[in-house]
Amino acid sequence: MTLSALRVAIIVFPGSNCDRDMMVAIEQLTSRRPALVWHKEASLDAADLVIIPGGFSFGDYLRCGALAGRSPIMNAVLDHAARGGAVMGICNGFQVLTETGMVPGVLIRNAELKFACRNVGLQVCETLASPFTSELATNKNLILPIAHNEGNYFAEPDELDQLEGEGQVAFRYTDSSAIGPPNPNGAARDIAGVISSNGRVIGMMPHPERAMSDLHGGNDGAYFLLKSLEALVS
Amino acid sequence: MTPTSDKMTFKNATAMGLSRDEWNLITQRLGRVPNLCELGIFSAMWSEHCSYKSSKKWLKTLPIDGPQVIEGPGENAGAVDIGDGLAAIFKIESHNHPSFIEPYQGAATGVGGILRDVFTMGARPVALLNALRFGEANNDRTRHLVGGVVSGIGGYGNCIGIPTVGGEVNFDKSYNGNILVNAMAVGIANSDRIFRSAATGPGNPVIYVGAKTGRDGIHGATMASAEFSDETESKRPTVQVGDPFTGKLLMEACLELMASDSVLSIQDMGAAGLTSSSVEMASKGGLGMEIDLDLVPAREGNMSAYELMLSESQERMLMVLKPDATETARAVFNKWDLDFMPIGQVTETGRLVLLKDGETACDIPIGPLVDDAPEYDRPHDETPPRPQLASANIVTDSPISLVLKSMLSHVDLASRRWIYEQYDSQVMADTMAGPGGDAALVRVHGSNRGLAISTDCTPRYVEADPKTGGAQAVAEAYRNLSAIGATPLAITNNLNFGNPEKPEIMTQLVEAVTGMGDAARFLDTPVVSGNVSLYNETDSNAIQPCPVIGMVGVIENVETAVGNGFIAAGNHILVIGQGNDTIDGWLGASIYQQHFGDNIIYKPPPINLAAERTHSSFVRQQILAGKINAAHDISDGGLAVAIAEMAMKSGLGASIETPDSSLLHGWAFGEDQARFVVSTAYDAALIAAAKDAGIEITKIGMVIEDSELKFGDGDTISIEEIIGVFESCIPSLMAG
Repeated sequence: MTLSALRVAIIVFPGSNCDRDMMVAIEQLTSRRPALVWHKEASLDAADLVIIPGGFSFGDYLRCGALAGRSPIMNAVLDHAARGGAVMGICNGFQVLTETGMVPGVLIRNAELKFACRNVGLQVCETLASPFTSELATNKNLILPIAHNEGNYFAEPDELDQLEGEGQVAFRYTDSSAIGPPNPNGAARDIAGVISSNGRVIGMMPHPERAMSDLHGGNDGAYFLLKSLEALVS
Repeated sequence: MTPTSDKMTFKNATAMGLSRDEWNLITQRLGRVPNLCELGIFSAMWSEHCSYKSSKKWLKTLPIDGPQVIEGPGENAGAVDIGDGLAAIFKIESHNHPSFIEPYQGAATGVGGILRDVFTMGARPVALLNALRFGEANNDRTRHLVGGVVSGIGGYGNCIGIPTVGGEVNFDKSYNGNILVNAMAVGIANSDRIFRSAATGPGNPVIYVGAKTGRDGIHGATMASAEFSDETESKRPTVQVGDPFTGKLLMEACLELMASDSVLSIQDMGAAGLTSSSVEMASKGGLGMEIDLDLVPAREGNMSAYELMLSESQERMLMVLKPDATETARAVFNKWDLDFMPIGQVTETGRLVLLKDGETACDIPIGPLVDDAPEYDRPHDETPPRPQLASANIVTDSPISLVLKSMLSHVDLASRRWIYEQYDSQVMADTMAGPGGDAALVRVHGSNRGLAISTDCTPRYVEADPKTGGAQAVAEAYRNLSAIGATPLAITNNLNFGNPEKPEIMTQLVEAVTGMGDAARFLDTPVVSGNVSLYNETDSNAIQPCPVIGMVGVIENVETAVGNGFIAAGNHILVIGQGNDTIDGWLGASIYQQHFGDNIIYKPPPINLAAERTHSSFVRQQILAGKINAAHDISDGGLAVAIAEMAMKSGLGASIETPDSSLLHGWAFGEDQARFVVSTAYDAALIAAAKDAGIEITKIGMVIEDSELKFGDGDTISIEEIIGVFESCIPSLMAG
């Protein structure tokens, strides 16, 4: 399969606002425009990758991702994942994934109680087999933007031990040239992204779709997305 | 038919802010006394906020025309041609009074309101900016207000998904009791698909869409037209509550509907809500409107006609649809789970007729409401001449590096990172340069073209000499856009002043508008939209006058734009617009004077518009020709601060040759206008080109690998050290 044969679906909730950005980013890499799927749809056409984009689904009312997690389309996304389908949740999408239990942990308010939009350094961790990390150079450092108010990853210590032991931590915040503390939100053990126990679902706070070229100030997002897409193709 | 019940008296009119003359005019035009609802409508439409009654005479003197102008003042926002059949649609608006009472909601609804003004015209918003003024920094009230306003701006912009790409903020004690929160939005539309507000076609349905109407923000426009006092707390119920999620749905629904051929005219419900939207649509169309208030979607029961008409509940729109488009439109709004309700129709009567509970609640002629709105030529005087500060009277021989370090910890110069990192500056993925540059740069989606945007004003100059200050705000914005390589196109303005009934305040307004108009005319940047905010006083203490400029320009290819950080060691550093012999820089009304001098108001640096235009054009041309790789306009803090900012941005150092004198502070910190610092690998070519153009240019140093600033022999400071003070100032003030 070639990259242009890859079928990518992006779920759109009311309040999603990074859906277009992700569509443009994927199209830049694959030359194929992803499908935008409205949350009221009950079914999902066959997809090689489902992406839940960033934004403020349902205004983040009640709890970030809580209402989106109960949208009609999510049953189809859960079925897709249960069949071993690949799912990527970015920022608010990560929150939706934790709300539906597709990845472990929860995301709570940033420790400083402020929205944070800036670049952060990310360390690529050694993980169990996963299309989202297998092609990345382990311990490579990336620089990606974050933009969130609730990105403080939390799980009980024994749960965190297990995640680390099983190789489910994909990215950790790490020191970089960016100004500000390396861990921008107080996340437990500096965790910025996690993968499911079968390696097929990733949730992460940073926004790769905003780091697609030098004009964005960096292209580490393009590197991460391309490597993931290539792994899904092979 | 004459509405019955509750006959109003002059006393009621006074309570709503109307004068005796205005009351007499209303009763004369109606031929009877109004009822509560009617009086409320007159009072809102004739408020300073809606009628511009004190400023109109002077606003008319501003230049509004040019080949680039598609839509000038008068619509929801202005529009200019940016090429490729596209228009940039933009406006700035104040939300000063609500933000002081309730900073989070006041600021949030300010952002929501200005976004609606832009997408009402059919434009997808692509950028937000702001201009903020707060009181003394080291003050608990200021901390509370800064925290609330910043999170409110972010709360709305981040959620609705429009990047906040720039802005400016100052702190001064004159804003202790009256902060300024001005929000600017920029959108992009096809030039031939711009929507306007004039109602058309008697019999066509008038549709209410968006959120329901509640009892919030009632009579807000009138509140915004009065001075504050100790009783301000009691006005909290007049502050609107924002819902950015509904705002996002409304924006998507409106843009989706506008892409079909259904909408004839559309107007957002901003200040004075349903009143101003219905009156303006009918008035511009030369028609009338009949509305059944029982059909207005309401959040709570038993709302009176007065409350429904004067509510400023957010996220609402009024549209006139083509007669056969109602069902198409209804389906769009159903998809987005928004209210959609035909509430009336366009009429030929020229009257606003409102029905409530089967009775006529209001029946007034629209002509007088709009055309007879008062226009005042309020008394004004001349600003007294200010003494000129001789640099020799203030400078010392302490090393530039030490003074620089102290200056960079000044709250008006220090890093704004604590503020702008609370804004999502990158969503939409077209932000090529966000906060912290001279101008923001936003790519036109799907193309290489870019919009350059900046907001600017230096209130201390305006206070000292309003005419110079008004011109300087335009000139600085013009430089900021030019410094990234963009061509300025047009401006929007936000005139923030005190009580215009005081001659000294009216003088500030008249002179500042005169200076602004002169500059805008000379620099070919007409005013296409704007807002006036008067009565910015608390207990009779007026603010420092603050006529903010929001300027929009264009660059053909975003890849040719430059930033304000040094690029490479070995590059030459030059000053454009300054000769070798400039040692006595202009320190009157400078940050240096604020920091080290007395409290006397001195003459601010003069503006030479011809030099502004020539120097900016030269910088722009040389950037586009690839001969300048970084540029920064010299403004607050002067040359040394500009160099320091370029160094901090890049981590690269600079070695600067200083003039031969022991008293260099005027040279380093003077705020003479029309100047830029640039870096280049092609110094000889740049100098030759400048000489050909008759522009003063001086090579002052080199970019160096060592991360330090060297001023002459032996005066050195590390970049790390200045970043430390620059970055820690506002976080530590906010921590208290």
